[in-house]
Amino acid sequence: MKRVALVGMPNTGKSTLFNRLTGAQAKVGNWPGITVDLYSAKLLLGDEMVQLVDLPGIYDLRGFSEDEQVVTTFLREQSVDAVLVVLNASQLERQMQLFAQLAQFGIPLVLVLNMADEAAALGITVERETLAGWLGVPVCLVSAKRGQGMEQLRSQIVHALRAPAQALSPDDALIEAALKATVHVPAQASHTLTERIDRVLLDPWLGLPLFFGVMFLLFEAVFWIGTPLQTALADGFSALRAAALDPALAFAPPVVSGFLLDGVYNGLTTVASFVPLIILFFLAMAIVEDTGYLSRAAFLIDALMARFGLDGRSFVMILMGFGCNVPALMGTRVMRSRGLRLLTMLVIPFSLCSARLQVFLFFIAALFPPRTAPLVLFSLYLMSIGAAMLTALIFKRRFENSDPFVLEIPPYRFPTLRQVVLRGWHEVGHFLRRATRFIVAGVVLVWLLTNFPASAAPGSVETWAGHLGAWLNPVLSPLGIDPKLTIALIFGFVAKEIVIGSLAVIYAREGGALVSAIAHDVTWVQAYSFMLFTLIYTPCLSTIATIRSEGRNAAFSVLAVAWPLTLAWLVSFAFYQAATYF
Amino acid sequence: MSAPSPHTLAALRPGDRATILALDAGQALRHRLTALGLRAGRTVSLIRRARFGGPFHVRVGTTDLMIRIPDARRVQVRKA
Repeated sequence: MKRVALVGMPNTGKSTLFNRLTGAQAKVGNWPGITVDLYSAKLLLGDEMVQLVDLPGIYDLRGFSEDEQVVTTFLREQSVDAVLVVLNASQLERQMQLFAQLAQFGIPLVLVLNMADEAAALGITVERETLAGWLGVPVCLVSAKRGQGMEQLRSQIVHALRAPAQALSPDDALIEAALKATVHVPAQASHTLTERIDRVLLDPWLGLPLFFGVMFLLFEAVFWIGTPLQTALADGFSALRAAALDPALAFAPPVVSGFLLDGVYNGLTTVASFVPLIILFFLAMAIVEDTGYLSRAAFLIDALMARFGLDGRSFVMILMGFGCNVPALMGTRVMRSRGLRLLTMLVIPFSLCSARLQVFLFFIAALFPPRTAPLVLFSLYLMSIGAAMLTALIFKRRFENSDPFVLEIPPYRFPTLRQVVLRGWHEVGHFLRRATRFIVAGVVLVWLLTNFPASAAPGSVETWAGHLGAWLNPVLSPLGIDPKLTIALIFGFVAKEIVIGSLAVIYAREGGALVSAIAHDVTWVQAYSFMLFTLIYTPCLSTIATIRSEGRNAAFSVLAVAWPLTLAWLVSFAFYQAATYF
Repeated sequence: MSAPSPHTLAALRPGDRATILALDAGQALRHRLTALGLRAGRTVSLIRRARFGGPFHVRVGTTDLMIRIPDARRVQVRKA
């Protein structure tokens, strides 16, 4: 099968073009010797199947960044029959150098000038056929977003595959002359609407308040839509269990039904319960990113983040993390520098996500008077930000940002519904494929720990989890965390959503009775120490699974689990010892 | 903090236009700046500066960019 690769600079709509050509059937895959996942798809071109591969966006083939290595390695070591060079039609004067560099690989090229609609709106005209004559390669003028010029592109690819053109090595002078002769840019080519919007959104005084306002509204919208969906989904799963699965397994031995229902089924539903939030956060992220606002937000907040070795985009992802850490971690893919990306991924899990918020609201209501409750919650948010910033400061030298911070500020664009939906579809698929097995295994493990030996009451101190809690007691009692709370922490490792439920099992009480039992058992100092530990130690298995699949580095995954555990212990220890001493 | 040299991009004020003379940068940064359109002979204009010593918003041809001050100091310009 013939293979065609897409190469282009960032912000040229390369992935949109890939999606336009392949539809929703693209798959993520590994390639030998390649360190990142690549999307690829098979499609029928002319009368033969062709494999299309989307390579990372790059500025240059002369540098040594990871993405540049990926592209170079791929073009050298895989057999590639043609390369689609995707350039922004309005920025040819700077982007053509990538074309010149690619020509040196000797692979037949098709020059795809994307965003033709934007170029036309700016008054830029390109004499396509004359340019093709100058360069000796086919040239297509397309708008991937609107689906314009796609038929012509398809036939040009077929043509390039059938009759591979001679490799040529255009030099700078030739390209300059070709552009001068064929591309006409009016003297005043600027995006006037974008300029007008920027005057407000990037205003020195209004910019930051507007940014926080925008993020707040996005969050409100996500939860306003997402919470009922999540509840409905959870209700649906319990109803399915009660109506069909429980009766079906009623005759099985308790060990088997427990394993299948409390282990495997609960694991699967834990994964599924993330799906609405992840979809919605990806929609929010796609809107922020594809409209061009993400780079504006980066511009506004960069001065502060640079001191912590992060950049403005990291900040947006950390904010997203306050909703759910998983999409925020996946969103770090926009960062080209591996150091910056890993540092951001190390920091995001400290964001107090909505699942942890549920635990805190429960404990605060149980142990603090209404007058101090908001202050307690606020202090936890401050601790969350503090832990994130401290981590960034400590690790910024180890994960040095190797990429210069020079970013394009694209004009504002309206993402199409198709673009946003396809992206959400791909991301959720990615999460489910990578995380499901890992999470189900984790849930089953916790079920085993809290239900065996068979003689013990589930979740009690006689179970293996209880033994583990007792064994951990010397480590956790200096933090004021007793064996029962330790079992809750073990549950919390899987997902914070199940911590309160697990306490109900551990205390064998529900609702108001559970609240008074805990209030009787635990002092406010112990409770606050427990909350600090819960905040910092690890968000959930889904987060760890995402860090593992996105980071693709075992040592980094270990660090991303071990460091928060250490920090959680230190912070809770310092708090508990100080609070009990005074 | 030393005052920026009067002949670099970092010394421009919003609304200023200048011609790029040279890039006084290491290879990686020079390649990146070139790829984004900042190269000798080009006209660059400063649109705005972020508050608190944040990045600059500049325009070269049809491309808008943000660039941090330390990187902007590497771009030598002659004010138009």
